Amino acid sequence: MIDVIVIGAGITGTAIARELSKYQIDVMVVEKSYDIANGATKANSGIVHAGYDAKEGTLKAKLNVMGNEMYEDLCKELDVDFIRNGSLVIAFSDEEMKHVEKLYERGIRNGVKELEIIDGEQLRKIEPNISENAVGALHAKTGGIVSPYELAIALAEIAFQNGVKFQFQTEVRNIKRREDYFIVETSRGNIEAKYVVNAAGLFADEINRMLGGKEFRIIPRKGEYCLLDKTQGKHVKNTIFQVPTSKGKGILVSPTVHGNLLLGPNAVEIYEKDDTSTTFEGLDEVIKGAQRSVRNINLRDVITSFTGVRATPDTGDFIINSPSKGAVNAAGIESPGLTSAPAVALMVLDLLREQGLILNKKENFNPKRVKPRRFIDMNQEEKEQALKENKLYGRVICRCEHITEGDIINAIYRPLGARTVDGVKKRLRAGMGRCQGGFCMPRVVEILARELKVEPEEILKAGEGSKILTGRTK
Amino acid sequence: MEREIVIIGGGPAGLAAAVEARKNGIEDILILERDKSLGGILQQCIHNGFGLHIFGEQLTGPEYADRFIKEVEKLNIEYKLDTMVLHISSDKTIQAINPEDGIINIKAKAIILAMGCRERTRGALNIPGTRPAGVLTAGAAQRFVNIEGHMVGKKVVILGSGDIGLIMARRMTLEGAKVEMVVELMPYSTGLKRNIVQCLDDFNIPLLFSHTVVRIHGKERLEGVTIAKVGDDRKPIPGTERFVECDTLLLSVGLIPENELSREAGVKINDITSGPVVDESMQTSIDGIFACGNVVHVHDLVDFVTEESRLAGRGAAKYIKKELKKSDERIYAKGNGGVRYVVPCIINSENVDNEVNFFMRVDNVYRNVYLCAKQGDTVITKVKKQMVSPGEMEHLKIKREVLKQIKKGEITFHLEEV
Repeated sequence: MIDVIVIGAGITGTAIARELSKYQIDVMVVEKSYDIANGATKANSGIVHAGYDAKEGTLKAKLNVMGNEMYEDLCKELDVDFIRNGSLVIAFSDEEMKHVEKLYERGIRNGVKELEIIDGEQLRKIEPNISENAVGALHAKTGGIVSPYELAIALAEIAFQNGVKFQFQTEVRNIKRREDYFIVETSRGNIEAKYVVNAAGLFADEINRMLGGKEFRIIPRKGEYCLLDKTQGKHVKNTIFQVPTSKGKGILVSPTVHGNLLLGPNAVEIYEKDDTSTTFEGLDEVIKGAQRSVRNINLRDVITSFTGVRATPDTGDFIINSPSKGAVNAAGIESPGLTSAPAVALMVLDLLREQGLILNKKENFNPKRVKPRRFIDMNQEEKEQALKENKLYGRVICRCEHITEGDIINAIYRPLGARTVDGVKKRLRAGMGRCQGGFCMPRVVEILARELKVEPEEILKAGEGSKILTGRTK
Repeated sequence: MEREIVIIGGGPAGLAAAVEARKNGIEDILILERDKSLGGILQQCIHNGFGLHIFGEQLTGPEYADRFIKEVEKLNIEYKLDTMVLHISSDKTIQAINPEDGIINIKAKAIILAMGCRERTRGALNIPGTRPAGVLTAGAAQRFVNIEGHMVGKKVVILGSGDIGLIMARRMTLEGAKVEMVVELMPYSTGLKRNIVQCLDDFNIPLLFSHTVVRIHGKERLEGVTIAKVGDDRKPIPGTERFVECDTLLLSVGLIPENELSREAGVKINDITSGPVVDESMQTSIDGIFACGNVVHVHDLVDFVTEESRLAGRGAAKYIKKELKKSDERIYAKGNGGVRYVVPCIINSENVDNEVNFFMRVDNVYRNVYLCAKQGDTVITKVKKQMVSPGEMEHLKIKREVLKQIKKGEITFHLEEV
């Protein structure tokens, strides 16, 4: 019998797992897919929002501002890149300027620091490529950017190194309540746990139902994105938003922590929770929307497009409560969910305490993580040292991102290491450059097969059934 | 370390340039190759059809490469395999890396860029749909099948009629896969006519012009694609969509010269070719940096890569020996009226040996035309063509004497009706 089972290894589940790993309890995270951050966390804007968007008094508002303030320390501790590049909400008319003022006031009420309203001239000084039609903007200096999947992987690694167990390809099918514990029935057998945390993202409504909680629904809403090559990464410095509409924060243009340029998302309600397809119309909407904000975006440098699905709750706010005795929901974590995750985790712990979980600090909790040092990121001295220790750092596999064989082997052998081509990509960015894996994918398959001691035919792209090869040649 | 000529890339371009530079008296040459063997992409092109112009016989890719590799060995030209060049700067210092030597810093007197090209990807086309396994470039599939010995699928659709796609249609068929069709956005093929006959027609594989893939289906592994007819504006025509079941989509939708290193060094790039602007000696905008092969512009035939690369090898050798003349009297070659680009585009007639072979591509399919070179309204030379197409590179030779007479000014290349 374990103490706490966390369902879902997205940004919310991993943040909770890391928080729980500080205490003397047995924790297990179960995840239905093959890897960490395979749902909504994999594909979103990667923005650490300042906190002027959400209506005051909501959980979203409170946890956003709280989460934002936690990012610096958290990312330092986890050795994850985080840049406070600032956010701009630009207005195209006096009408929209009024809305910007409202956002400013709301931000102040929400407790957002370093907010200012700037005019067109100041705006163009900060962002020379902004549209001529922009008349002014809200400037939120505390807005930031982060890689959501890198952060989730880092959170999971910390949890893991402090004793949390992770079980992948483990789908929760039913939850039975006993006197003072739960039997969680999964695709890999039953797990008994005293407490259940529901961080199941898009599927949190189903888990809530299994837990006997008050009914709510998660309505999947997808957002499509275009990612541009690093040649375009300096086109804007801030994250550029438009004035929000009822559908969300609208299409943004933002640099990423890796130096690419990201356009998107649109917002389309969908019927299937795992519909991560892109459409002609959607990508067109994204491009046109981005061009409305920013001039001279070089579309020849689009290297990929993708879709993320938001876990939008029908209640309008995050659902963080106890659905039944011994259980806690962290559901409906749509934007600003990435920003809020560290604060959501603290709130979930409070709720678990209320449910009777006794949390005694571990004395030997190790909060520090050293990120997989990619050869490319090392200084000259470190490079020479690394080469001395392992010659394979001298073999470049991914030409676009300069990822070496040594890096890939590291990513495989790390705790919760990569097992798939996409797993390598998420951890190192191999195959994420301009050639999109054209050259390195066959070699990544070869290395994975060799290190995992399986046939190349067994290597998957991402999930069950995503085999890349179908057999040997004649 | 200091070197006279460093060649980036040991594919057909780099090999030919190395051999030629040595034959022109340069002892100190180093080839840097990122793969585990010399030969470049030719090593995975196991079909024949290479070498008709250079050797007068049909060779396979590896055979063609081998002729040059043998020569490199015979001439004792030094090369490093498994070696990736990370940086080149405008003063011709190179940083490279490999497992044996670690980080290598080289100061070169001359550099020959011969990095080749890469394939355009799904991302660049922005094809909508899901992102399953089973969607890959034709070249990646070719590596899996021909080098690693793995099959990538059983039921195949190929998007784009580029040569690698056509070659892979036949290869996959021979390996027991069913190639359902090749769909091509344009109303004409972007590959060579002979490949359409030998790789599609001979195997009854349909080629659908003015069609494209509008959606990719399947969660984990590809389950099918939706194709549609496109109009003259190359946009899908609503109502013409149909689903084609397949587990593999190969992309053969164009090649892009790999010029990240060239750009870093500050070499001027031509917007149309995406390759360096080069002169008659294949010298780029930076003195002592030369370029040849697919890094300059994408070729159809390796034979022409060889020819061009010999020129670069010779040019670099002359540069080292200080025989390369510099002059303000230059001829600029430009494409016009149907001709998209011309390589080389700057001519210093003093440096021309016998003639300059101008390579070019046209912007559409034309029948019964003259391909002509003009100075102002005066025709310098012209050839009659039954048909020209963007899929087949054209060339036109102009003699040294003629160029010397022109000396400076502009030569334009046109298509004219017969």
